[in-house]
Amino acid sequence: MVDIVFVEPSGNRVAVNINEGWSLMQGATTGGVDGILGECGGSCACATCHCYVDEDRLGELPAAGESELDMLDNVAAERRPNSRLACQIKATAALAGLVVTLPDTQE
Amino acid sequence: MSESAAQPGIVIVGAGQAGLQAAESLRAGGYQGSITLLGDEHHGPYHRPPLSKAWLAGEVEASQLVMRAPELLARKGIDLRTDTRVAAIDRGGRLVQLADGTALPYAGLVIATGATPRLLSLPGADAANVLALRSREDGAAISDAFVHCRAHNRPVVVIGGGFIGLEVAATARKLGLSVTVLEAAPRLLARALTPRLSDWFADLHRGHGVQLVLGARIGHIETEGGYATAVLAADGTRYPAGLVVVGIGVTANDRLARVAGLECDRGIVVDDCARTADPLIAAAGDCTARRLPDGGMLRLESVNNATEQAKSAAAALLGQARAFTGTPWFWSDQFGWKLQMAGLAAGADRVVLRGDMQGASFSLYHFQGDTLRSVDSLNAARDHLTARKLLDAGLSPTPAQAADRAFDLGGLVAKT
Repeated sequence: MVDIVFVEPSGNRVAVNINEGWSLMQGATTGGVDGILGECGGSCACATCHCYVDEDRLGELPAAGESELDMLDNVAAERRPNSRLACQIKATAALAGLVVTLPDTQE
Repeated sequence: MSESAAQPGIVIVGAGQAGLQAAESLRAGGYQGSITLLGDEHHGPYHRPPLSKAWLAGEVEASQLVMRAPELLARKGIDLRTDTRVAAIDRGGRLVQLADGTALPYAGLVIATGATPRLLSLPGADAANVLALRSREDGAAISDAFVHCRAHNRPVVVIGGGFIGLEVAATARKLGLSVTVLEAAPRLLARALTPRLSDWFADLHRGHGVQLVLGARIGHIETEGGYATAVLAADGTRYPAGLVVVGIGVTANDRLARVAGLECDRGIVVDDCARTADPLIAAAGDCTARRLPDGGMLRLESVNNATEQAKSAAAALLGQARAFTGTPWFWSDQFGWKLQMAGLAAGADRVVLRGDMQGASFSLYHFQGDTLRSVDSLNAARDHLTARKLLDAGLSPTPAQAADRAFDLGGLVAKT
């Protein structure tokens, strides 16, 4: 299990204990985190699980693939250098304590 | 009504993608009354797109399909009631009659009852291992049957070469099962794709070892002790089967609305803003048929349509007209290829290829005269997203620009 801290659009912080191998989107939606939709169910097709990853730890994550980078062009909120799609990031022990901030809007 | 009863709020019939979206959009739109989300399944809202892929392959567990945790719905003041079947809608009394005999008053109602897979009416079609895919349980049953087929070296026969059938076939092949797809039409995905792409998908499936039979005429399903053992074609060909998956389309769940006197035409008829003729009732998702401003009817079965119509339905009950006029989009995942479709090809008379259909990615641009109507992209997310922006803005590249990979189509959007 991996602890990930999600910061909801309201600023509320929710710590979720996610199974290794699950995506951060699955962890957030099953963990009751507000501000994330995941309309396509994790297919990298809708860009409604947009998140901002703690910039200092961005380098610890596997780099975004081409289709994720393309889909990030379509996020509803501002795209920033630390923008990622939560459905494309798998929880691993290395990510323990990662802070993931959700944008004001996903649609 | 007794004075102690709470003020009636909004009742949503159906707790799928559209029902959930309507509930959340009502809250986001400032609605402060009660919201009751009624689902007839045992679970709360869950992701359906993985059902034909990761769920069938056994790669995800049920809890990974959960769309919203119950505590988040509670925090938003959305009262989710699962295992709750609706018997009737009483428009005069503004009541939803539940199957358990109780009734819920409503001030506004959203119908988001989804659709039901069409069944075969053939001898043997009621066998225990003739299955359709709609729900989590359907997927679990097919997944179990896959395990059985693998253990006993039995083939899978898929009836219907549409998206569901082909995704199931691709998942079965990925698991190493022998698969035959029987399609009645002369080509795959005939309702959604133009012939060139149908042929490409046929090559894709054949290349991965799927036995494809186009123009198939099915006679009956052979059974033994209540289990299907083979599908018999009208020409006498026998396709042995340890599992038969039927993917021949869906029927809109419009019965409640029809019985309540709302107009239905292969779906609950709604306008661009998801409104029915009853100002207190909106409908969204697979259960609807949209009447377009020109009088034509449009039925879309997709996540995008469910969420967009649900946003419109919520707005309608808040007294706003929010038309769903955005470009419809859709996707399908098969054998590592992602098809993404933007717009509707109906009426198109010219197809232009961008990229190489034998290569790693390409898109087909469908024009009606000089006007871009739709774009189908394979492993080309950027083309797809640009197409949505072009179509949303009513912009058309020239066919020559569309065909030229060196030409930046996104630049056309940026210029305006």
